[in-house]
Amino acid sequence: MGSIDWGLLALSPPGWGGVLLAGFLRSIEIALGGYCLGLVLGIGGAMGKLYGNELIRDLMETYTTVVRAVPELVLILLLYYSGTDLLNRLMAWMGREAVDISGLAAGIFVIGIVQGAYSTEVIRAAIKAIAPGQIEAARAFGMSPFKVMRRVTLPAMLPHAIPGLANLWLIATKDTALLAVVGFSELTLVTRQAAGATKHYLLFFLAAGVLYLGLTLVSNLLIGRIEKRARRGIAEARA
Amino acid sequence: MTQAASNMVQDSAGAPDAQLHVWLKPHRIVLIAIGLGILAAAGWFGEWDWLAQYRAQLWQGLWVTLALLASSVLIGFLFAVPIGLAQVVGPWWLSGPAQAFCTVIRGTPLLLQLWLLYYGLGSLFPMIPGIRGSFLWPYLREAWPYGVASLAISFAAYEGEVMRGAFAGVPAGELQAGRAFGMSPLKLFWRIWLPRALHRALPVLNGETVLQLKSTPLVATITVVDLYGVISRVRSGTLLTYEPLLLLALIYLLLTAILVLIFRFFENRIPTRGV
Repeated sequence: MGSIDWGLLALSPPGWGGVLLAGFLRSIEIALGGYCLGLVLGIGGAMGKLYGNELIRDLMETYTTVVRAVPELVLILLLYYSGTDLLNRLMAWMGREAVDISGLAAGIFVIGIVQGAYSTEVIRAAIKAIAPGQIEAARAFGMSPFKVMRRVTLPAMLPHAIPGLANLWLIATKDTALLAVVGFSELTLVTRQAAGATKHYLLFFLAAGVLYLGLTLVSNLLIGRIEKRARRGIAEARA
Repeated sequence: MTQAASNMVQDSAGAPDAQLHVWLKPHRIVLIAIGLGILAAAGWFGEWDWLAQYRAQLWQGLWVTLALLASSVLIGFLFAVPIGLAQVVGPWWLSGPAQAFCTVIRGTPLLLQLWLLYYGLGSLFPMIPGIRGSFLWPYLREAWPYGVASLAISFAAYEGEVMRGAFAGVPAGELQAGRAFGMSPLKLFWRIWLPRALHRALPVLNGETVLQLKSTPLVATITVVDLYGVISRVRSGTLLTYEPLLLLALIYLLLTAILVLIFRFFENRIPTRGV
């Protein structure tokens, strides 16, 4: 027990390395999917909050407030069970057979809804930071609202949004661990299973920690590059 | 116009009637009615008999959640101040470890840290000779010390980062003025640097405390029976899916609202001019 048995981390079956890596890959898949879904929801939510009528603005406000005030763990349980339950009821109502929702899709859905609320706020603040003249100019050229968004608003807000969005990506990668509680076999859950089976708790949890930390550090490097690129037209000294 | 409106919102003691009128637009009344309708429907059609049976446990769980929040925020913040300070003025052998600590803790999920402490360290402690006889043993066998420890460590890492920015952001002139008055370094820190940094960090600390509240239910996964743990018991005892979870969400919403109000009270007590 005293010495560390590195063979336990071997990739092929007597070792658990392959299982851990598969779980890690699934964590990244969910984080990516949920993050992208969250971005789409966030852009929609920000547009609704900035340009929608009063009703839409209040609905968006309710969405962001509730999601940001309730623990992710509770939201995940609620959305995971109610989402599958409601979908199956809908299917039964339409006379179809109950569908079996894959854990991956459910996980992406849940993380996406949570991320959407936060990215709504980030994107809304970033759009508000754009000099209003830029959007006015685009409108004066007769661009349609959609074209204004695609050509001016979204590219111009990106430098302001990237720090917040980068933070959200890091949160998304860590939030995938919460899906372990609903029994989805991502990295944290398979780590616990491996640790429980071999009784080498410290080794496996540290190994998983290294994987998560590696993901964070690599993400930070990429984010730095993206940020540099997005800010390339902007003067450095901004008090 | 907007200035007047914001003044009116801030000055709540001024004219509550007029303020309510501005806020209560027709569509909001409809939305509130729909919300109340959903609540009423949940109360009417849902099963709530278990509330009476579990009431004592729910109060106990609420107490555990609040105690976890308060203790981890307090302990975490006590560590966050030196961690932040070390990164600003410390020599490399202090700032390096502080920075590494923040990066590692912020780069891994809290759930993993919690399980690492509870299952990992918890499985090592019994092997240390003589620990079973020590006064620590009764605590090391319980789950909650591991919960408090990992929550506090996480809070210390996130707030260490916040305090680093806050300490670095205090204008140098104010510190120089303190030195010119002949203040000792300790007095300078206690009277000027820390209060000014705290003041700057307060809005962020508010958000972070809400995040910390939302992290507390994770301890239920290591058998600490907090509010979430009680609701899990209710769910397995009554086999209800929605009702306990909805009540739980509602309670956390209320707790968040109370936290935000408390912090707003403190923020408003400090005049903010030119910050």
